[in-house]
Amino acid sequence: MLRLPPFRYHRPRTVEAAVSLLHEHGTDAMPIAGGTDLMPNMKHRLFTPAHIVSLNGISAMRGIEVTSDRGTTGGGNASSGDRASGGVSSDTTLRIGALETLADISANPLVRRHCNGLATAAGLVAGPQLRNMGTIGGNVCLDTRCTYYNQTEFWRSALGYCLKKDGDVCHVTKVGRKCVAAHSADTPPNLIALGATFTLTGPTGTREIAASDFFITDGIWNTRRDSDEILTEIRIPLMGPASNGRESRVDGARIARSGRGPGPNGRRLRRRSAYRKLRQRNSIDFPLLSVAVAGDFAEDGTVVEIRGVVSALGARPRVLAGWDEIAAGERLGNELIGALAERARAQCRPLDNIIVDSDWRRAMVPVYVRRALGDLTGG
Amino acid sequence: MEVVRLRVNGDERKCGVPAHYTLLETLRYGLGLTGSKQGCDKGDCGACTVIVDGRAVLSCITPVWEAERKDVRTVEGLADGTEPHPVQDEFDLNGAAQCGFCTPGILCSSVALLDRNPSPTREEIRTALAGNLCRCTGYAKIYDAVEAAAARLGE
Repeated sequence: MLRLPPFRYHRPRTVEAAVSLLHEHGTDAMPIAGGTDLMPNMKHRLFTPAHIVSLNGISAMRGIEVTSDRGTTGGGNASSGDRASGGVSSDTTLRIGALETLADISANPLVRRHCNGLATAAGLVAGPQLRNMGTIGGNVCLDTRCTYYNQTEFWRSALGYCLKKDGDVCHVTKVGRKCVAAHSADTPPNLIALGATFTLTGPTGTREIAASDFFITDGIWNTRRDSDEILTEIRIPLMGPASNGRESRVDGARIARSGRGPGPNGRRLRRRSAYRKLRQRNSIDFPLLSVAVAGDFAEDGTVVEIRGVVSALGARPRVLAGWDEIAAGERLGNELIGALAERARAQCRPLDNIIVDSDWRRAMVPVYVRRALGDLTGG
Repeated sequence: MEVVRLRVNGDERKCGVPAHYTLLETLRYGLGLTGSKQGCDKGDCGACTVIVDGRAVLSCITPVWEAERKDVRTVEGLADGTEPHPVQDEFDLNGAAQCGFCTPGILCSSVALLDRNPSPTREEIRTALAGNLCRCTGYAKIYDAVEAAAARLGE
């Protein structure tokens, strides 16, 4: 039996009221959505906030819809606003309210059509009950994990506490100066590969931050979210018909500069994304290694831009470097896939932060990158 | 103590609980519904699975306040009076329970599946039950029982 520490439970109806509660109680308050990460962590006494602020009554944080209007919030459903098959203006985004559950996201037709890698990842998180409860906002803000940290209070007290919680040494690496707890969420690598932005609301207002800038290399607190900020929604830019040579909404400027982008105006790009996850059991487990890929392809099937993100190896997802320089303008065949996988292997060194052999995890990097890229080719 | 109002198996129930109680603690220690099991008690094993608004969730990590104004269904509410739910009956006929500790959670996951998908494939059954650990059976007879129940419900 694992009892929760005592707390007061607040149920605000608006983002502003929730932020105000978090701000008022400072580090003694934490937000909860699905609770699938926070509740077990509280049972382990990793967090003991006196105030829990439930976000579940905030309807503005729900909805999945395609919008071209930055002001649209809340209330949408799977089919409303889907104009993607017709003309799409250049600022078209897929908006996902942070309270949408992982089960709903994995089954949502808009997410499946536009962001298949994200839908796949959401459907591979934990097990079915946890996907029914857990939200994408919570998955993005998931606490980092480690073989020592994620144990009961009783267990941790026996050997002494660690850097991440109440101690001053890392029992995993022995050298002890840096926390090596790993980013272990499935959806963020996909959101980074798809060029998503996160909307955060805090006491001083609302700000947007790119998914690629959201995570930092610190196992103790690995995001740029302040403790009194709430992640309210996620926006994923969608591909529209080209109009000015900057078709790819993700880093479009770089494509235009590179000179390898789509040439004539009016050409249509096609984006595909995929996700692969290494774990011991095909359910419940967190990833030992995760690979998200997203590629923009020209009509003739050649790569315009391709992005890979690898995670579960360290405190933040790693964006793979040097892919475009060998992939742009080429077809995604076996030779190119092998070369990209080798580049991935050279950049990835798993930390010894979980119980599974890190050499094996590293050897799996090119294997899982090849499989993910293979998914993009449909073969 | 605060008073929480729950709709459990069709009955409106009131219960005094500490603010930090989970739904599972409220069911077991507040309402005496001990069918839902306290296994790992941290969201890994699935023994505490109940159905909230038609979806299988883990009651051991659900704050009780999140179940207010929702429809909670536990293993005690699956049978129709003295007539077992077809899933329960097929578990019996197929020998799908051994020690029985995981059974209430698996029954709830199975009923939630069949309510949404009346004729699941074997693979869909396996996926729907992938969050319920059973250390006795090896699962084969459990899948057999759910398949048989689906066939019976479809008649």
